Amino acid sequence: MIEHEVTIKNRAGLHTRPAASLVKLAAKFKSDFFINKDGFEINGKSIIGVMTLAAEQGSKLMLRFSGEDEADAAKAILDLFDRGFDEQ
Amino acid sequence: MPNIAMSSTVKQQELVLKGIPASPGIAIGPQFLYRKRTPQIREKSISAAEGDQEIARLQQSLSRSQKELRKILDFAKSKLGESQARIFEAQLMILEDTVLFDAIYKRIRNERKNVEFVVENEIGKYHRMMVDSNDEYTRERAHDVEDVKNRILRNLQEERLISRLDGSYVIVSHNLAAADALILSRNDVLGYATEVGGVTSHTTLLARALRIPMVVGLREITSQITPGDLLIVDGYSGIVIINPNDEMVEEYGRRREKYHQFERQLEGLRDLPAETLDGRRIHLGANIELEEELDTLHLQGGDGIGLYRSETLLFGKEVFPSEDEQFEQYKRLVDAVYPKPVIIRTFDIGGDKMMVQTIKENNPFLGWRGIRVMLAKEDLFLDQLRAILRVSSRKTVSVMFPMISNIKEVREAKTMLEVAKRQLREHNIPFDDEIKVGVMVEVPAAAVIADDLAREVNFMSIGTNDLIQYLLAVDRTNDIVADLYQEFHPAVVRFLRRIIERGKRQNVWVGMCGEMAGDPLATVLLVGLGLDEFSVVPTVLPEIKKIIRSVRYEEAKKLAQEVLEMQTEDEIKGYLKSYMREKFPDIPIE
Repeated sequence: MIEHEVTIKNRAGLHTRPAASLVKLAAKFKSDFFINKDGFEINGKSIIGVMTLAAEQGSKLMLRFSGEDEADAAKAILDLFDRGFDEQ
Repeated sequence: MPNIAMSSTVKQQELVLKGIPASPGIAIGPQFLYRKRTPQIREKSISAAEGDQEIARLQQSLSRSQKELRKILDFAKSKLGESQARIFEAQLMILEDTVLFDAIYKRIRNERKNVEFVVENEIGKYHRMMVDSNDEYTRERAHDVEDVKNRILRNLQEERLISRLDGSYVIVSHNLAAADALILSRNDVLGYATEVGGVTSHTTLLARALRIPMVVGLREITSQITPGDLLIVDGYSGIVIINPNDEMVEEYGRRREKYHQFERQLEGLRDLPAETLDGRRIHLGANIELEEELDTLHLQGGDGIGLYRSETLLFGKEVFPSEDEQFEQYKRLVDAVYPKPVIIRTFDIGGDKMMVQTIKENNPFLGWRGIRVMLAKEDLFLDQLRAILRVSSRKTVSVMFPMISNIKEVREAKTMLEVAKRQLREHNIPFDDEIKVGVMVEVPAAAVIADDLAREVNFMSIGTNDLIQYLLAVDRTNDIVADLYQEFHPAVVRFLRRIIERGKRQNVWVGMCGEMAGDPLATVLLVGLGLDEFSVVPTVLPEIKKIIRSVRYEEAKKLAQEVLEMQTEDEIKGYLKSYMREKFPDIPIE
């Protein structure tokens, strides 16, 4: 299991478009992927779950990956956060 | 059979309602009441064997819902553009959320409950969380989640969405979501009449794009109609008549035909300048809020954009767009009309307009709004000014400041503009160093000091909606006093003359971007008062152009002189109406 904290960088936060990219990317991996915000946890492969997070710019999220390809999944998803979802 | 009265022979009561015109045109036809029902869900226990059936039903409903949404999405993309269609894309993704539906399948099997109950309960959980969120954006998205849920439930109950209408109808509804309007538009819809909804909503834009007459803000119309009622929708004046008498139907039928002829005539004006018979060239621009309106602008042949309301960029956002985001948006706008000019008004927030930071004010119209906000938020102001400057290098862009009430504000705003220029210079980013600067004249104080203001700027644009409101001390949204909101109050006319004269004395041009600029009844008067520029909603542009092209400036000046002598609004309006009827019998005036 890999755990990693991230901070939302892009200005608009985890709104519809970034949420969609995140879920689509997560679906490519076999590992489970969970996101925890302020003690509230959702499945990172569920768009409706990510939509409820209300993660604005600056909010901190704990990401948890577990499964056979957890290292690859973590690398790819952390990279997406790091790029600010390729938005502003 | 009981002996019932022959209700069909009883003449239904004629009823005239006044709403807000949202899409021009006249529709006459039978009404169709469109009600969106919220599905009623009952909790039922099922046997283990029934579980599989329930799941099969759900899967069927999902694929039907997907088909519906894909159609809506395609239609929205073609009619509203990619960015506005995105709301439907998010809904489609929810239908494909395997985590969500695996949880639902599991609950159906384990809890042995009917599928309707589980869907309602499971998606409802997410919906409630979003509704309760502190984040405005998330609360907005809750509507999408609810919409998807109701679509699934409706398809589970195999209730057909009314998407096929036999015959042609005027659609009456409490509120019409863009998705509903899109579906209904595939039929022969004659017009729309709704109780709520604004003139800038997606639905309204859609109605205009499809050239379907629409009137909004018709309070309680749904409870005032009965099946079989005939309806007239006048999208020019905002009048809706329930059960009109025969003469009325004939009269509106004639008007409809006349407008059609008139519209065909106007098409020929597209490439001609807005110039009076004796050669005074008037600049005729358009007020633009949304990118989608640019199409209409091209069709109507305007002289660029006289007012871009930049605050529309903020709708549905919880943070201010960055300098780069703004730059992209402004660039699209400027490119779209190049080489015609664009006036970008800096964020006018507060008042009745959305505010990013919600502050409770007793009297928002007299409160923290327009330039007052931006001067207090230096970083945001500089972001915006740099973004505007960056699109100015081809010299077609001007910047305008809203809600100016004293000279200090103009000077401070100009200083900020210089700071933004210096910052760009330091980074070698090109811009127009001589970018034209203007102010809105919408506070009476600004009108009084118009000469001083004119010395500070290159142009002034009169915002009549607020100016009239402040000058006459009338809140136009307050029904009790709305009658006192008079565009043609003698004080308004004399005030306009004063502003225009003072501007001219300092050699700056004076324009108008309020609603009055788009009122055909006011056009000749405004030309006569010496207005240099009109900025109007794209849909009325051809009419205004036609009027300008049909008068002599000298004649308009004489008319203005006479109007300036008058003492009541009734007198002025009566005079202008009879002038218009005589001179332009085919132009629809209220």
